[in-house]
Amino acid sequence: MEFKDYYTTLGIDRNATQDEVKRAYRKLARKYHPDINKDGDAEKRFKEIGEAYEVLQDTEKRAAYDKFGKDWQAGQDFNPPPDWDNGFEFHGGGYTETDASQFSDFFESLFGAQNRAERQGPFGGSHAGYSGKGQDLHAKIVISLEDSYRGSKQSLTLQRPTVDESGHVTTKPHTLQVTIPKGITEGQQIRLSGQGAAGMGQGPAGDLFLEVAFAKHPHFTPDNRDIMLTLPIAPWEAALGATVPVPTLGGTVELKIPPASQTGKKLRLKGRGLSSAKATGDQYVTLAIMVPKPVTEKDKELYKSMKSSMSFNPRSHLGV
Amino acid sequence: MIMNPDLHCTFFDEDCRYSLRELCNVCNVHAQFIQDLIDEGILSPQGQHPHEWRFRAVEIKRIQISIRLQKDLRINLPGTALALDLLDEIAQLRQSKSRLEQLYSLEEDT
Repeated sequence: MEFKDYYTTLGIDRNATQDEVKRAYRKLARKYHPDINKDGDAEKRFKEIGEAYEVLQDTEKRAAYDKFGKDWQAGQDFNPPPDWDNGFEFHGGGYTETDASQFSDFFESLFGAQNRAERQGPFGGSHAGYSGKGQDLHAKIVISLEDSYRGSKQSLTLQRPTVDESGHVTTKPHTLQVTIPKGITEGQQIRLSGQGAAGMGQGPAGDLFLEVAFAKHPHFTPDNRDIMLTLPIAPWEAALGATVPVPTLGGTVELKIPPASQTGKKLRLKGRGLSSAKATGDQYVTLAIMVPKPVTEKDKELYKSMKSSMSFNPRSHLGV
Repeated sequence: MIMNPDLHCTFFDEDCRYSLRELCNVCNVHAQFIQDLIDEGILSPQGQHPHEWRFRAVEIKRIQISIRLQKDLRINLPGTALALDLLDEIAQLRQSKSRLEQLYSLEEDT
């Protein structure tokens, strides 16, 4: 088990006051809250910050933790000495509102896991008699745009909190097979009934909510059901009109570019987006005219003859 | 490895509409909490009266985020409403940014 330096996690000195602990925690909690921070490791950081605060905000727990002194470095292999917590009273209580089932093994080896019966949702109907629906869990499922375009089957492994005989909460890997329907969009949620945390007493298990996120695609950007693509074209294709190949999620199609098109012109490929059984998505192609670099003398001559034979002022609307 | 063949999946489709009762069940909240979110402008159902209210799937997510922000960051309702509006705006800006980046990367490639 790795030693965790809770002071480093919160970015504070070992002699920080309780107020400083609180301030550091609140600032970092806002910064790394997974609903606000979209970085991949924000959720992990948020949990670490919550765990550090859980220990340091409680003067008893903090004093006990401080017994390990400065000799320990984060990541070092660690086992608590027997009876290390003599003289401290915090077993089985004193948890804040943070979700203690997410705390690390290091935390649990020191302070024990939270008793199941203490946990209750602040908004749920699970109050009376310690019997109620288990907590709903939330997770992200990252799929490719192609998975949504065609529909797919995904298997995902989650660390799921379970309660052992002694009432301790531990996590176990749990693999689920999920069918992704054709045309699912980013942010859409899938509820897997009964796949959340176990219920309290006779209560049913909570639900698992999976939120769909798309992996970054090298060419396409989704906008709800529509797919956006920037398509480079040659100046003569833009000027004279042309039929050019365009990649779509379903394969290459031909697109007709009207004569005298400009950069930024948007063309629609109907039904080439993320279409579901009920709704249609389109692909929007934004044209971008690429100017060929004049490499040879002949290239330069061509540009020069255009300059002399065409009267074109791209800045006329600026009055210059 | 545990596989559950009887997995009961529900897809919250943007084309579907949900009643107040369904919303309370899905989010495990009381109707009063939904009412508070409506009063704050966080949710905007179709329909005049509570029994006619119809909510969109995206509002399920807004409720869940509201619960988490209130619980984790101790934000009150007006603050939650502001945070949700700003998060929507950030998402839109990110999207335009990624489209513009796509355009500019073309120029760098050539």
